[in-house]
Amino acid sequence: MAKSVSENVLSPMTRGTEQRDAYLKGLIQTVKGGVPADLALSELRSRAEVLLKEQTFPHTRQEDWRFTDLSSMLDIAFACADGDQPVAAAIEALRLPETAGAQVVVVNGQVKPDLSQLDGLPQGAVVGSLRALQDHPIWLEKLAQRLGRASGHHEVFTALNTIGFQDAVVVWLPPNGVMETPLQIIYGAEAADTPVLAQPRCLVVAEPSSALTLIEDYWGNASTAYFTNAVTEIWLEANAQVTHSRLQREGSGTFHMAKTVVTQARDSQYIGTAVDLGAKLARHNWEIYQTGEQTTTQLYGLGAITATQHADTHSLVALSHPYGTVGQVHKAIVDDKAHSVFNGRMVVAQKAQETNASQLNRNLLLSDKARVDTKPQLEIVADNVKCAHGATVSQLQADEIFYLQSRGISASQAQRLLIYAFAMEMLETIPVATLRSRLTDAISEWASA
Amino acid sequence: MINHNSKTILSVRDLHATVDGTEILKGLNLEVKAGEIHAIMGLNGSGKSTFSKVLAGHPDYKVTAGEIHFKGQDMLELEPHERATAGVFLAFQYPLEIPGVSNRDFLRVAYNAHRKGRGEDEIDVFDFDDLIEEKLDVVKMDASFLDRSVNEGFSGGEKKRNEILQMALLEPILAILDETDSGLDIDALKTVAGGVNQLATPDNAVVLITHYQRLLNYIQPDYVHVMADGRIVTTGDKSLAHELEARGYEWIMDEHRAEVSA
Repeated sequence: MAKSVSENVLSPMTRGTEQRDAYLKGLIQTVKGGVPADLALSELRSRAEVLLKEQTFPHTRQEDWRFTDLSSMLDIAFACADGDQPVAAAIEALRLPETAGAQVVVVNGQVKPDLSQLDGLPQGAVVGSLRALQDHPIWLEKLAQRLGRASGHHEVFTALNTIGFQDAVVVWLPPNGVMETPLQIIYGAEAADTPVLAQPRCLVVAEPSSALTLIEDYWGNASTAYFTNAVTEIWLEANAQVTHSRLQREGSGTFHMAKTVVTQARDSQYIGTAVDLGAKLARHNWEIYQTGEQTTTQLYGLGAITATQHADTHSLVALSHPYGTVGQVHKAIVDDKAHSVFNGRMVVAQKAQETNASQLNRNLLLSDKARVDTKPQLEIVADNVKCAHGATVSQLQADEIFYLQSRGISASQAQRLLIYAFAMEMLETIPVATLRSRLTDAISEWASA
Repeated sequence: MINHNSKTILSVRDLHATVDGTEILKGLNLEVKAGEIHAIMGLNGSGKSTFSKVLAGHPDYKVTAGEIHFKGQDMLELEPHERATAGVFLAFQYPLEIPGVSNRDFLRVAYNAHRKGRGEDEIDVFDFDDLIEEKLDVVKMDASFLDRSVNEGFSGGEKKRNEILQMALLEPILAILDETDSGLDIDALKTVAGGVNQLATPDNAVVLITHYQRLLNYIQPDYVHVMADGRIVTTGDKSLAHELEARGYEWIMDEHRAEVSA
């Protein structure tokens, strides 16, 4: 016989909802408390706060978060990270010879001019901190039109970043400005004794016909709880070209939430490679919005995760103009009990005729307990388009290993070689040789562990 | 070339092997000496390919009885890669494609694994490139093959030539060619056979597993064996191959059955 439930005892689901609402409110208060007095940006921030009013902390009953469970964060009270933490030598080791004279260092979300090297910039290019730029009224006006203005800014972690980021890296290329030296932004996450939260922010504006190679390097040493909530907005104006490499090598205790949003005007070209090796739980929302015709977009992704790591890539390419080209290849290597998620959404609107799109997701499972969830999501309204997509999940093939063994290569070396081969196709898209070879070494080392 | 004073390279005694619990090899005996070329012929399902895989150490094939000695050493104790570095080479009937691994890297890693197995230092990329260019001539392969993924998108003939290239590079003591001639056009067959002939020396040995007598017009075997029902039932010289071509296998099968029931 069922008994009626006492009214003041809430069901687990209701309790979960209340807990999540309260947790998000707490995060908002925390990041608001960390806003520097000299970087109020009150209009931008209050607009973002309004957007969060209607939202709750993500949970797995939301379609976008079905496979990525953030509930373990609910027990952790994060405080704002201290930007004055000493910098680990490991961050120094990340500097690439190819980027000398074009390096920005960010520690715990705060831009460090003293650690940055910016003497190799072309005429008219601006690279630096938002704090330094905002004193110029002309810049304040230009920035207001771009910062926080990209589509998708209402998403919960994006809005949270906007409410509370403590500084931002600003990269602004003038028309026809070509950065011959690749720009490297190093985001160091320095752990503290207690759980901390850092919100790196970056704004890149490539004015018409400019060209830039950008490296974003997220590195951390936190084996205890750390929360990185990063947002990078990239604007490509007409005919601009940006080649972007994004590396995530955060510490084993880190929750890494990230948004990369790219807005492409006509005739522009964006080539991005995202590599996820670190973090306890990583989520990368990678969104491309086309705002003019004949844009080219290439997205390459590689994840290599093990133990109980979780890596989730949610990409969105939204096409609304004709003659666009989009290619995407996302690969994941998943060992032990790790869990990889790929959701690749492509939206081809009625106006986006003559679009040529392809998407491929390949997964390599190295253990019986590893898990992959993959979901291609093609929404095509236009009728004169080419769209191909595919997803594969496989294990190392015993016959391939035997073939290599029969040529004198040991089983373990054969396994390493095959993992390396699987990954190399993605790493080869990284345009900076030293970085490519360092990541190649990192993958080889990963495969031997 | 038969020289009765030559050292024994391969000695197989009463070999029994199963795959998925089914016995395929049922008491196979074979003796191969240095300098010799042996052809093993037989109908589909007679166990020819199983024999080659057992020699190379494929994990799906279980040896349940018998012995294999390679240069006096118990081969069944060796892992597949140890057999390879000791000097056993299997040219695959269906060479595997390995996307993402360049042929050049694959060959270098394999070559260096052999050097390591012999206790020699690995050679560097540049010395290796010189070496491999030389070997390409053996199979008349274009250098552009080196920069493609292993066997990926290769035609059947290119895959087989690539196997012989590996043989040329690794210089095995015992080369087992598993139906390397099947499906080859005549030009590719000549190239492959020419490669094998160049590589055969008085110090090594070749075992050709084949379905067709045609290959033996280009590579002269010292012995021709016929396999049936998991063992070698008849051995002769190359005239046996011609006889098989003319008369088929049925007469041998009949003799074998008569022998078994006698």
